This record gives sequence, structure tokens and C-alpha cells, in this order.
Amino acid sequence: MYKIVRKQVLNPTVTLMEVDAPLVAKKAEPGQFIILRPDENGERIPLTVADFDREKGTVTIIFQIVGATTEKLNHLNEGEFIHDFVGPLGVPSHTEGLKKVAVVGGGVGCAIAYPIAKKLHNLGCEVHSVVGFRNKDLVILEEEFRANSSLMKIMTDDGSYGTKGLVTDALKELIDAGNNYDEVIAIGPLVMMKFVCKLTKEYDIKTVVSMNPIMIDGTGMCGGCRLTVGGETKFACVDGPDFDGHLVDFDEAMERGTMYKEFEQRKREETCNLFKNA
Amino acid sequence: MPNMSLKKNEMPVQQANVRNKNFSEVALGYTEEQALDEAERCLNCKNMPCRSGCPVSIDIPAFIAKVREKDYEGAYEIIAESSSLPAVCGRVCPQETQCESKCVRGIKGEPVGIGRLERFVADWHNAHSTEPPKAPAKNGHKCAVIGAGPSGLTCAGDLAKMGYDVTVFEALHLAGGVLVYGIPEFRLPKSIVQREVDNLKALGVKVETNVVIGRTISIDELFEQGYEAIFIGSGAGLPRFMNIPGENLKGVYSANEFLTRVNLMKAYKENSDTPIKKNTNVAVVGGGNVAMDAARCAKRLGAENVYIVYRRGEEEMPARNEEIEHAKEEGIIFKTLNNPVEILGNEHKFVTGMKCVEMELGEPDQSGRRRPIEKPDSEFVLDVDCVVMSIGTSPNPLIRNTTAGLETNRHGCFVADENGATSLKGVFAGGDAVTGAATVILAMGAGKTAAKAMDEYIKSKQM
Repeated sequence: MYKIVRKQVLNPTVTLMEVDAPLVAKKAEPGQFIILRPDENGERIPLTVADFDREKGTVTIIFQIVGATTEKLNHLNEGEFIHDFVGPLGVPSHTEGLKKVAVVGGGVGCAIAYPIAKKLHNLGCEVHSVVGFRNKDLVILEEEFRANSSLMKIMTDDGSYGTKGLVTDALKELIDAGNNYDEVIAIGPLVMMKFVCKLTKEYDIKTVVSMNPIMIDGTGMCGGCRLTVGGETKFACVDGPDFDGHLVDFDEAMERGTMYKEFEQRKREETCNLFKNA
Repeated sequence: MPNMSLKKNEMPVQQANVRNKNFSEVALGYTEEQALDEAERCLNCKNMPCRSGCPVSIDIPAFIAKVREKDYEGAYEIIAESSSLPAVCGRVCPQETQCESKCVRGIKGEPVGIGRLERFVADWHNAHSTEPPKAPAKNGHKCAVIGAGPSGLTCAGDLAKMGYDVTVFEALHLAGGVLVYGIPEFRLPKSIVQREVDNLKALGVKVETNVVIGRTISIDELFEQGYEAIFIGSGAGLPRFMNIPGENLKGVYSANEFLTRVNLMKAYKENSDTPIKKNTNVAVVGGGNVAMDAARCAKRLGAENVYIVYRRGEEEMPARNEEIEHAKEEGIIFKTLNNPVEILGNEHKFVTGMKCVEMELGEPDQSGRRRPIEKPDSEFVLDVDCVVMSIGTSPNPLIRNTTAGLETNRHGCFVADENGATSLKGVFAGGDAVTGAATVILAMGAGKTAAKAMDEYIKSKQM
């Protein structure tokens, strides 16, 4: 059992939890993920490590409420326990030798992009952050990004905050303004990563994306998280979750992500009703 | 006077058209009368050929003699001397190729139903004994076991009995390995696995779930933490796919994923939060025990037609005869000498069919089985909405990639000698992580051998 030591609502659909998990905290690196089960009959879901404190022995996760499991998780409070919490899983993000990087985050993907920006910044790399949200109410981690970037662009779909437009608009502007990036790191919805990659391909800038497909065990046993990368089948849990964005088959990944859409919606409604009646 | 019936006492089973709609155990176990009658068929041979066929060398004639005396607890004690998981082995061991294949009664007629008797004895013990095993005195030495599957649990049990302070590290949230995520409830009830794990805990074995060795803790760190010898029983690993078009369509599963959703995550239960696709027509590709398990699960989940698609003939299938027979009785359709070449999907990328070709058998290949050759112009489409690939696994890279000096072969399996010793001092390995996908009992045998070698290794260090 893993104690929730801090819970913070970041916006109406996104929650932060700091969880007491010393073994995971000791090893976690940006880019890695954990698998958790909120309760004894729960589903195993992967969530990327948003932050960690080795001394306190805590790991921070940030999640969007999308299905029954994240709904249940969101109903747990400070001082309560998550039944299972295993990690760190996956290969840490590659950060060595990078001098100038654009970190592009979209929505809750910013939670994954942030620790990478922070690590790169601490390593002395010049970090330009481009973060995008649907609207002002959904903005998360603004201060955290700002503190770890030499340049920061906030984009919203409706213009209610920052600049109106997509992250690709801002990134294109930065590249066109003469910024020579060693690498672009893009983390967010699949469709965002797809279009960031399309853009950077034109400029021939190496682009790393973090994939978050459906998983069960997360340790290299089930094969549910498979993706096509450069024409080959790869497993996000042990080969990733970071991949060369120019090689990822995003359309396939988007299709695979919808496999249980109906089930997820039904289960979430059931779970919501359960909490209402309680 | 022994019972000279040429036939074994039949195993009572749930009726096929009833059981293919539920997840309760198929085989119901011998009654006491049946067990006594079957035990009378044993000739108590002096040279014990059956024992030589058992990977863990159970004293079979001795335990059967105890059954004849109605001393079932005595029979259990004899089995338990050699096997840490009697109730499991009595159910899932391929006895027909092991102990029973050597039985003298099998020369003329059927061999003694050793597996069925083993199961009877283990179930009797579980139903009647209330005392958990007592933890032996500790010898002050620590051992680590990686993976709580058949090899790891066996190794841990044997080491604990010798007095070692044993910790088992398990990546999943539940101990049991393939016994809980792979083998379905209807073949091996999970309560039986849990009971075996509880027995190990009573012996003093610590089980740490949610720890991934190679990620959460490395092998080197285990040594730093004072573990003197380490056993790796990390299992078979990543599923293989055929690399044919359409394998990433929605509705294509690896057998590992399909079975894990059903067994470990209980997706067959209405209240499970883990989804599984509801299917009408399912093709399971492969001919092993895992394929049979997947097919029988698919049927129980409500599929109308479930096919086993296998590129060789039924003779060549690696699955146990009993599993093949059970699957057929339950209405699984066998499409042998058929090989998939493409999986077809609709505009939403859900599976709609599987294109196959017919095969014929040619000359024997390296495995000694006749090689399947494609028949020209034999292409056809099987109407399915789900495909389960059950064509084997390749080893998990986690420990290999994070442990310097640990030798693996070209397939990525750990290299271990006949005692389980690897290229790293103090590190032993066994089970599927060494052999590639094999059976529960072979893994148990490897765990047992390694436990002995680990004991000798630790003792030799003290001299």
C-alpha cells in the first residue's frame, strides 16, 4: 500500500498526487512511468512520473480523469492509500549532450514534459518551452516550466490565455526565428505529437516523443503496448516510452488507443454513479 | 491382489456444454473410492520407473502405497518432500510424457493415474489440514528469488526449508507468475495457488510484490543488501508476433495479453475494471497448451466460434492430449494445416477476418516434426473479429540489460549450467528464463536444483 502524502487539484479534470514510494523515488528518472491500481479489484494503468523526491521517498503523478480507474483514483484523498504502485518502468529520457532543446507539451502531457525540461535545465541545456492547452482553466505547471526555461510560450486553442493557436504555430515561429535546436521533445496528445513531428521533419530536427499506449503489466510480458516504429513492432514498456517521433506510426497508435473507448465510457459512468449514491 | 483393470479410473469432469460457459474447474477430482481403486492398480515396482520420469523425483510408489493404506496425510508428506506445489502439479503436469509414460501398466493398457492421485492427495490435505507448515530455524543467511512463478516459488520453498532467510521479488501485484496470469481458473483455481503461496509464507518466505528487478532494484544492489545468492526465475518474457500485415489491428491480442486480462485481471467478471473485447468469432493461432487455454477462455467469454489455427497437423501439436480433447469437447474448432498470412480490418481498424493458406507436411525439419509447406492457390478468409497470437515468447530484456557480466545465449535466455549457475558468481537461474517457454514442472525442477546449488555455494564460501 502506498500513501498519498499530497493531493492537489490542478484543474477540473487534472489532479496531482505525491505518493510515498521510496523504492520508486530512489530510481525514477524523467521519462519513466509507473503502473498503479487504485484498489484491490482495480485495473492496472500506466502514468508517467511527473516528479520525484529521493530524500522524501515520494513520486509525483499527474493524471487526467478519463475512465473508471482515474475516477476512482481521484476519489482517494491525502492520507489514503493506493493499493499497488510499481516502477520506475521504461527507459529514462535521453538527455546527454543536448545544448539547446525545445520542449513541447500539450495538455496533461505537460506533466511528463516538465521533469524533462527541469532535468535539461539543471544540466545547463538551453530550454525553450512551448506549452499548449484548450483554454485558460486547463493551464497547469506554468510556474514550474517558467522556472526551468529560458524562453516560454503558452498557447491556448481559444486564446483565453497566452497566444491563440497551436503549439506547432509557436514552434514554427521559433525555428523560423533562427533557433537551432539539437532536439525537439514533444509530449502530449497523439495528434499533437504527430503534427509536431510533421513540422520538425520538414526542418530535419530530431524529435523525441513519449508514447502512452494501453498497457497491462508494463514490464514486457503482455505486448498490449506495441507500436510500429520505423516499420518494426516495438513495446512501449521496455523499448520506450520515448521513441524517434519521425519513425512512429501515429495513425495506428491513435486507432489502437480507441479500442476500449465504449467500455471506458460505460465504466466511468457506472463509477461516477457509484460515488454519487455513496 | 492389485486391480488389473487396463483402464484408469476416469476423472469426473463438468459436462462440456455446461463448463464451456463458466470458469469453474473442469476436472472435479477423484472421490475417495476412485482414488483407492486407482491406487490398487500400482504394482509397486522395485525399480520405480515412474520416479525417473518425474522432474522433481517424487517417490511415487511410496505415496501411492500410503493412499492404499488410507493414510492420505502420510501420502502428502511423501509428495511434499520433493514437490512444493503438489495441488498445482497434480493439475497441470504433463504426466503422460513424464511419470505415467514410464509406468509398467502402460505397456498393456493405461498407466496408473499418478497425476490424478497426486491431485487427490493434495486436495485431501488442503481440505483436512488446518496446521500451516512451521517455519524452520533460520541459519542466518539471506537469499533472493526473482519472480514468484513456479521456479521461483519452488526455489524459495526449498531454501526456506533449509533455514535460509528468503525474499521473493515479484513484478506483478500478485504472486504466482504464470499460475495466476496465464493458466485459467478452470484448469487451476487461483485459491489453490494462493494457498501454496500462503504455505511458503508460513515457512518464513517473504514475498515483495510490485518490485521489478532490473528497474526498481538491480541485481548488484541485491548483493549490496546482503543477499548471498540470487535465483532468477523471471519467466518467458515478451510475446512473439508473426510479422504479418494487420497484426496491430484492434482485436489482435498476444496470448499473454488475452490470458492476463482474463485470469490476472478477472476481465470475465462483470465487476472487473479491466476490459476485454466481446467477440463472436475468435481465431487462436498456435498449437500449444497456451493456445488451448486462450481458445477455451474465448469460448467461455461467449464467442460462438473459436478456432485453433495451426500450421502443422494435430499430431505435431505441442499441447497435451488432454487439453486438446477438452478443447474439442467444448466445441473449439481445429483448423490444422492452416497458416495465417494477413489479418484484415474495417475502416475503424477492427479485425474482420484472417486470410490463411492451407499447408501440407513435407520432410522432417530440425525439430524432427514434418515441415509444413504452403499449398499453392489455397488462400481463404476465416471470418473472425478477434485473433489471439499464441506462437511463443522471447526473453524479457530487463535483467539482461541492467546486469553486467550475466551471460545470455543468442535467443536472449540466461546461460546456466546443469545446477542453474550463471556466469555471475552467486547468481543462479532457471525456468523459462533459461529454457524458453516450457512447462510448470520443468521450471519447478530447475528451481529445486538451483536451491540445492545455492545452498552448496553459500556453504562453500564459509569454508
